[in-house]
Amino acid sequence: MWVYVVRRLLWLPFALLAVSAITFFLGWIAPGDPAEVRLGGRATTEEVARQRELMGLDRPIVVQYVDYIWGVFQGDLGESFTYRGRSVSSLIGRKMWVSAQLGIAASIISVGIGLPLGFFVAHKQGNWQDPTTVATAVVLMSIPVAVTAPLVLWAFCLKLDVVPHCSGWGGFFDSRIIVPALVMGIPGIAAFTRLMRASTLEVMGQDFVRTARAKGLSEFVVDKRHVLRNAMIPIITIFGFLLAGLIGGAFITETILGIPGVGRLFVESIFSRDYPVIMAGTLIGAAAFVVANLVADISYALIDPRIRYQ
Amino acid sequence: MAAGDVGLEQQRVALRSRGHLGRAWSRLIRKKLAVGCISVLVLLYAGGVLAPWVAPYDYDIPDYTAFRKPPNWDHWAGTDRGGRDMLTRLLWGIQNTIILTLTAMATGSLVIGISLGLIAGYFGGKVDAIINRVGEVFSSFPDIFLIIILAATLKPRILEWVRWLEDNTFVDGLVKTGIVDYVVVFLALVAFSWIGMARLVRAQVLQLKESQYVDAARAMGASTPRILFRHVLPNAISPIIVTVSMGMGTMVGTEIILGWLGLGIQPPRPSLGTMLFEGGVSLQIVRNTPWLLLGPGIVAWLMILSWNLLGDALNDVLNPRTR
Repeated sequence: MWVYVVRRLLWLPFALLAVSAITFFLGWIAPGDPAEVRLGGRATTEEVARQRELMGLDRPIVVQYVDYIWGVFQGDLGESFTYRGRSVSSLIGRKMWVSAQLGIAASIISVGIGLPLGFFVAHKQGNWQDPTTVATAVVLMSIPVAVTAPLVLWAFCLKLDVVPHCSGWGGFFDSRIIVPALVMGIPGIAAFTRLMRASTLEVMGQDFVRTARAKGLSEFVVDKRHVLRNAMIPIITIFGFLLAGLIGGAFITETILGIPGVGRLFVESIFSRDYPVIMAGTLIGAAAFVVANLVADISYALIDPRIRYQ
Repeated sequence: MAAGDVGLEQQRVALRSRGHLGRAWSRLIRKKLAVGCISVLVLLYAGGVLAPWVAPYDYDIPDYTAFRKPPNWDHWAGTDRGGRDMLTRLLWGIQNTIILTLTAMATGSLVIGISLGLIAGYFGGKVDAIINRVGEVFSSFPDIFLIIILAATLKPRILEWVRWLEDNTFVDGLVKTGIVDYVVVFLALVAFSWIGMARLVRAQVLQLKESQYVDAARAMGASTPRILFRHVLPNAISPIIVTVSMGMGTMVGTEIILGWLGLGIQPPRPSLGTMLFEGGVSLQIVRNTPWLLLGPGIVAWLMILSWNLLGDALNDVLNPRTR
């Protein structure tokens, strides 16, 4: 077990180095000379050349890459093209907190609705509730975020009139978080419902559940102590995928709903071809994903004593 | 009773004579949901492929008497803010999605993915180690980032090369055809689509190459390509079909995200992603002109949903464990 954890931890830097190498070399082939951008449009060729030397852009690409990585370790992600003179880290810093809060709210919605629903419909096998819920889950999973975001916004703000202000951001405890969290949580609700249903059904067919019933435990106790606890175990493995979905959904949700998070910054930087920000966003997103998957795998192994990774 | 038995027996004989895929197909078309998905996909894809002939208008010529008109008899899906017919643009948008996703799936997943999987699985050793490591690295983080960054950075470079080609050869008017956008999106989609398939095929090959019939084929002097393509690959076909069907839904979704981000097919050419962006970017637009969002929204949703459901159904009929 611990060998596995250590091996995964050793693997982590390699995966991150690979992402950083890819983003760096793609940034290098991308048009736009950082030196020219720094000086503005009217600089002469010699000035640009001097600036390039100053910024170290005339060195071999590998040296530049090592330098870039060294900077990343110190929290220096380069300088934005659009917001001239501002470092990428200062641009991203506070926005990351906004996106993280939104991600947490969306996860709470996904887990809070998906798990009970999946557990419930697993007990309704053969009734209408089960196929209906599964079908709804597939239908919800297949709607692109670019469609759900405006539709949920429209339903909540124009038709239901539940939220006072519709777009914008007011922090975790502001009612405006409901719409974006729901939009980003919908695919997660569907995923958790399906997985929890499958996992509950599997546990319910196990011998120890029959034994628990046979020794006269009430249905409630069987459900609570024997079925639910065991059905929860495989759920942990999809938290990594949940995060991937959240990241993908954040671009579009934050842009449409006007939330000042990293997703929106990322989209803006794509529109304005601000490559240093695009690269930094990729690096941070990939790192978050790799770490989340690692944590999920390790906690899976810790919780379930039957699992032995070699 | 007896007649029913005879009917069943005939059915069984008929099933046995048609081979693995034939049997799977007849199981598939007995599922109502699968038939529904196939019909929807055939309808959408036919509409897209036949867009030049069935589209009622030109996708870029505005109707100056009808700006932002809701669906009516002249314009079944309404018109956009430029007075262009939405149905026409939807059909052409579907065509672009089809071109991009089918070519990317065929190249990335089928050709590159299967070849690399076969090579890695059959030959093992260093090649296998390299392919496997690369696959492991790429599958350890969400590929949407790399697809986006690839599409964003490649475009200007490819545009430069094509311009150079135009200046230095007799080829002319390439940039005008918009081919650069197609190449960029295609490359971005292909770049990471081979990984899942390569890993799947590799696992299948590792299992199959130890089997006795492969030994027998080798003993009879069959060449390596013959063993791979005649004996190993046909036996791995079921999981490949399921993976392709499931992957198509995801790929359509990715293509739409790229279009939405302005990295896909550029206007005035219609793409579902761009149309979704134009129809849903603010609450005012959704309130005043909902058909701009609903048209492309329903098309995109149906496309992704049908591929996903079809993938589930195919998994049911092809996977011996769930059958």
